[in-house]
Amino acid sequence: MRQRISKILARRRVWSLPYVIFMAIFIVVPLLLIMFYAFQSKAGGFSLENFERFINQPEAANTFIYSIGIALITTIICLVLGYPAAYVLTKLKPSNARLVVMLFILPMWINVLVRTLATVALFDFLRLPLGEGALIFGMVYNFLPFMIYPIYNVLQKMDPSLIEAAEDLGATPRQVFTRVVFPLSMPGIVSGIMMVFMPTISTFAIAELLTMNNIKLFGTTIQENINNGMWHYGAALSLIMLIIIGITSLFTDATSDEGTGDATLL
Amino acid sequence: MKRLSHIYLILLLVMLYAPIVIIAIFSFTESKVLGNWTGFSTELYQSLFSGGVNNSLIDAIQNTFIIAFVAATVSTLLGTVAAIGINDLRYGKRKAVNFVNNIPILNPDIITGISLFLLFISLGITQGYTTVILAHITFCTPYVVLSVMPRLTQMNPNIYEAALDLGATPMQAMRRVIIPEIRPGMISGFILAFTLSIDDFAVTIFTNGTNGLETLSTYIYADARKGGLTPELRALSTIILVVVLVLLVVVNLRARRQARQAEKMNNNVISTGR
Repeated sequence: MRQRISKILARRRVWSLPYVIFMAIFIVVPLLLIMFYAFQSKAGGFSLENFERFINQPEAANTFIYSIGIALITTIICLVLGYPAAYVLTKLKPSNARLVVMLFILPMWINVLVRTLATVALFDFLRLPLGEGALIFGMVYNFLPFMIYPIYNVLQKMDPSLIEAAEDLGATPRQVFTRVVFPLSMPGIVSGIMMVFMPTISTFAIAELLTMNNIKLFGTTIQENINNGMWHYGAALSLIMLIIIGITSLFTDATSDEGTGDATLL
Repeated sequence: MKRLSHIYLILLLVMLYAPIVIIAIFSFTESKVLGNWTGFSTELYQSLFSGGVNNSLIDAIQNTFIIAFVAATVSTLLGTVAAIGINDLRYGKRKAVNFVNNIPILNPDIITGISLFLLFISLGITQGYTTVILAHITFCTPYVVLSVMPRLTQMNPNIYEAALDLGATPMQAMRRVIIPEIRPGMISGFILAFTLSIDDFAVTIFTNGTNGLETLSTYIYADARKGGLTPELRALSTIILVVVLVLLVVVNLRARRQARQAEKMNNNVISTGR
């Protein structure tokens, strides 16, 4: 008996089995359940009533569009602020660069909610009103490091001889940037956009705290529905969010498969 | 130009740190409302440690660490065993498993949370400690797999074969050859899982049930919705920040020293080689 067990264990591919079963139960089935609930009416049985409700109810649909808008604005601001920062970082001495990158990542270790409340405190302290401005500031504040890090990674790994070659061939510094550096940093930009856009579109608590509950984002709508026992409608809204995420990641898959793997921030 | 770019970096860092610094400064005053300075005092720290705060905060802190420890430990074991197995799978199956493994990483937390909520509801499981831990294992294990996997693929397979040829049983070869090789990946996977678990809010809030199980995140959320942070949380956040800061500096210094030593050794090899 013991020998048989050790014989089976010697085939190492068998070792993946526990996790495959685990993933089936806790990753695959739950996602299928979202779909199952989304296409089910309250009485049970297949129906599209949850999606009809989403289209016919302007409030949820408007929140959805508004959330996409906020996520886009946040992503653009993060890119505009983050790209130059990542670029400057690569010009520092390597030991200094490590330190500054660490400083950028350090705040991520503090609980998101504490950081958000700290932002609220900052606005109170400066006597600025809470609302849309605070919301966007808070989002940028929370997710900027996610933009800087992947771009910095790609820029840092870039072969400097490419830049020298361009210079030798007579490119001006500006041309070197627009024709060589920027195109080569595209994978970093794309994964940065993903890493900012995806969490911003799905946040819920942050928006409540930064706007004194005045502005609702799509995540909050989903959470409220689930909390109030409207699982079917909540599942349908989750599915809509999943589709948006799916489209975004398809778009990024086509442009890069580098960068996201380095996103572990350790 | 160089100076300008440095000023830019400093400005960004000031923006990132301003809120945290304000929290840290106001952790040394007693006032209930953040932004009101009522004189220097370490009252908040004292009440945090002497249990002067309401028990629910202490409970929440305890729960957070217990859940993080259990989830990170189980994830590290499950993920390491899985990575060893996955690495040995044929290309097509390996790709499929890796694809599913990436789902919790790419999925927004809220979706992971809701999908698990629906799972537990459908199975009729009462939500509480167990469900939160299971949920945390679900989103932590993929990161462990990802941090162990590169170690396995970079490993020279001949070393394992050599151990077998020299008479080691597969189990001995595993313990003496493979595990030491992947240990750094396991350690960083554990640390990552631990921090992810401590920091989680979105998945926990959907799986903690209605029996009043709170972690630090859900406690802060409930607290903030009631209108204002428990003052002691300012002290707690400051402590967390300082601990993390010290840890990162230590790790960084160690990495630097190791890099320097490696360089020295290389130089020695080169000079003696000549």
